[in-house]
This record gives sequence, structure tokens and C-alpha cells, in this order.
Amino acid sequence: MLTKEQIAQRISKEVKDGYYVNLGIGIPTLVANYVPEGIDVEFQSENGVLGMGPFPFEGEEDPDIINAGKQTITTLPGASFFDSATSFGMIRGQHVDLTILGAMEVAENGDIANWKIPGKMVKGMGGAMDLVASAENIIVAMMHTNRAGASKLLKQCTLPLTGVNCITKVVTNMAVLEITDRGFKLLERAPGVSVEDIKAATEGTLIVEGEIPEMNF
Amino acid sequence: MINRTVKDVAQATEGVQDGMTLMVGGFGLSGIPENSIAQLVKLGVTDLTCISNNAGVDDFGLGLLLQKKQIKKMISSYVGENDEFERQMLSGELEVELIPQGTLAERCRAAQAGIPAFYTPAGYGTEVAEGKEERSFDGKPHILEKAFKADFAFVKAWKGDEAGNLIFKGTARNFNPVMCGAATITVAEVEELVPAGELDPNQIHIPGIFVKRIFQGERYEKRIEQRTTRKRA
Repeated sequence: MLTKEQIAQRISKEVKDGYYVNLGIGIPTLVANYVPEGIDVEFQSENGVLGMGPFPFEGEEDPDIINAGKQTITTLPGASFFDSATSFGMIRGQHVDLTILGAMEVAENGDIANWKIPGKMVKGMGGAMDLVASAENIIVAMMHTNRAGASKLLKQCTLPLTGVNCITKVVTNMAVLEITDRGFKLLERAPGVSVEDIKAATEGTLIVEGEIPEMNF
Repeated sequence: MINRTVKDVAQATEGVQDGMTLMVGGFGLSGIPENSIAQLVKLGVTDLTCISNNAGVDDFGLGLLLQKKQIKKMISSYVGENDEFERQMLSGELEVELIPQGTLAERCRAAQAGIPAFYTPAGYGTEVAEGKEERSFDGKPHILEKAFKADFAFVKAWKGDEAGNLIFKGTARNFNPVMCGAATITVAEVEELVPAGELDPNQIHIPGIFVKRIFQGERYEKRIEQRTTRKRA
């Protein structure tokens, strides 16, 4: 099984030269740490910055420069700041090439739920609904099962939806999967994880065609 | 030059009454109108509806108004990080409408620009779409969202001049520019208020026509919510 860092590391391979990328909170944020040298990307944070850099050195934190997770950040040469309407113009207008976000549940038709557990947790959707409704290229970073061992890759989401028919790829601690018209198509498995293990942990339709290679990093 | 300055926060908040709808700028605690919020607490106005991306933390930002139970309803996109908020929401004391962040921004911008409503794909097929008109464009489903109507907008900028022109800094810009002129009365507080003519007209983010009252704020705390750093090599 992959650690959260390894999930981020595997997703970083999907980041291509020249991409503008929006990273969600949690595992997606870690993806920035693994983008290989020689690939030029710019990270967008929906609170109004493009060209986000690493965390500042101690003592150089600026309360006026934060990311969408409200963390202090820095900017890189070429960065820009803008208002929230412009920021979501970039997102809704499909100028952002890749969106990486977390999920509580994903369904085999590409539905996603990640903002509310009725009666328990209501923090809000933030920018997630805008992102999933508009982005062409969305990768979900998530654990394959919940703490009780139940699958989070389902036939149908049980939690309130964030978006419908929008997810194209899922990277979990067990596998890389593509969402097709027929369900979750298994592309790669984590080192040491068998196809049988993945089948057992996937409630939604799992399509296995030919030999499934192990991921490499 | 039309002078938009008022002498202090008391004059800037004149006319705020119980039951009003207020827009409040900021993202998390970044770029929030600290002086205006403090004054609203002091005035003790209640039954407020607040349109703001977040609801502050327990003891800062809009959390201060929540503590005093001055807010009846919050319209936000994300409200984590606030225990008092969660308590009031779960007990039913506080009404909460959660909406997508881009929709929140655009509903402000639409109000600013005199556009009554717009279509967006955000929220289609979710709870957010319930009761809203749906329409497809080029085969893609959208929902109709309406411009906000608000009595006051409270925003914070970095620099401003007597004419009400504003310049923002960093990500403290966020929702502040789109709330300017989106309410009946827009109140801008700035860290530095300068005479007209001192700001380069090429560098103005928001022209003074969108700002009704401007004043220089005091004692900005600018609290950091998540202080993240890296070690020097």
C-alpha cells in the first residue's frame, strides 16, 4: 500500500510541462514536492495566486500571502495575484490544465462526494464544486477504503454530491484507475498489492484487462 | 475629485441596522476589514445576514460577531476552523447557506456590474441546484444563479486615496474587489490613506466610483491562520 506521500509522488507523473495546476487541500498539496526538475508548471491557488512557491523561511511569513489552505506561502518569478472572480474565471473558463483534489467517495460514473457528511461534518465545498464542474482533467487522490475497510470507490455515491460525471482518474493507496463508460478501469497496482486485493476493496464495477503492471515511481 | 473619505470607523459604519445584509471581504483571516468588524461588535447590531467566504475563527474575524450572536445567517463557501460556528449551526441558532466559492465570487461581481443573474455549471446535479432553473449550453448543463443584494459591503485594501481608489496586496485581495459597489453602501478601510494624485492611475485595482466611504484603519493584527515555514538549508 502506498503512503500519502507516495500517492502524491505517483500523481506528480501526470503533471506535464506547461501545465497550470490547481491543487486541493491534503494529499494534492504534496504533489508540488515531487514535480521533476526541468518541467515548468505553475500552481494556482483559488484564493488568488498563480505561480505559488514553497513555504517561506522562518521569520519571512507574510499574512497577505497565503494559499487556499490558509497556509503562508511564497511566490515564484512570473507569479501574479488576482481577485476571486478572476480566479474562478480561470477555473470555469478551463484555463487551468489539471485539477487534483481529494474525495470521500467516487462513483463508477465519475460522480464525486467530498464536502459534507450529513449530521456530522459540514465545512462547505469551498471551490470544489466549481473545479469539478468545469475542469476537463481531474485526478482524485484518495484512500481506497475508509478506516473500517469499506470501499470508497462505489457504484453510486452515498454522500451529498460535489459534482456529477466529472472525474476521469483516481489514484489511491492501492491502484491507479481510469473512469470509463463501463466503470473503474484498473491501470496500475501499488507494489505488493494484487488484482484480487483491489477487486475486494472496490465496490464499483472494476474492469481488469490483461496484465496489470505495478506502478513505478 | 470627489472626496470619499470619512473621518473614522464610526462614521464609516453609520446607517448599519439590525436585520441588514452585509458583505464582508477576506479569505480566511487574510484581507478582512478588521476595524469595521470591531465596530460592528461595538454597535451591537443583530440579526445580520453576512455574505463572506469564511466565518473567521472563534476569537477573530466574523467569529467575533458570532460569539455575540449578532449573525442570524451566514452565506459562505467554507466554514471549517470555527467551533462556535459549528455549535450554533448544529443547534439551529444560526442559519447557514453554503455555496460554491466561484459562485459566491460571481454573485458579488454580478451585483457590482448590474447583471441580475448568470448561468454556471458549478453545483449542477447537487444540493446546490435544488429549486434553481437549469439550462444546457452546447450540451453542458448549467444552473441559474442570482446576483446578491446587500445593504453594506465592508472591504479592506492595502492603499487607498481620498477619491476612494484602491490597491490591494497579495492574496489579501481575494473577495474584496468584487464586493466593491456590490452593495448599497461600500465601506473600504485601508492600511494607508493618501491624498488624491499620489497613487498612479495605472495601478488602481478598484476605481473610487465603487467605494462610497473610505477611512484609514488602525492597529492591524493580520493574524496568520496556518503558519507554515521551511528550514533554511
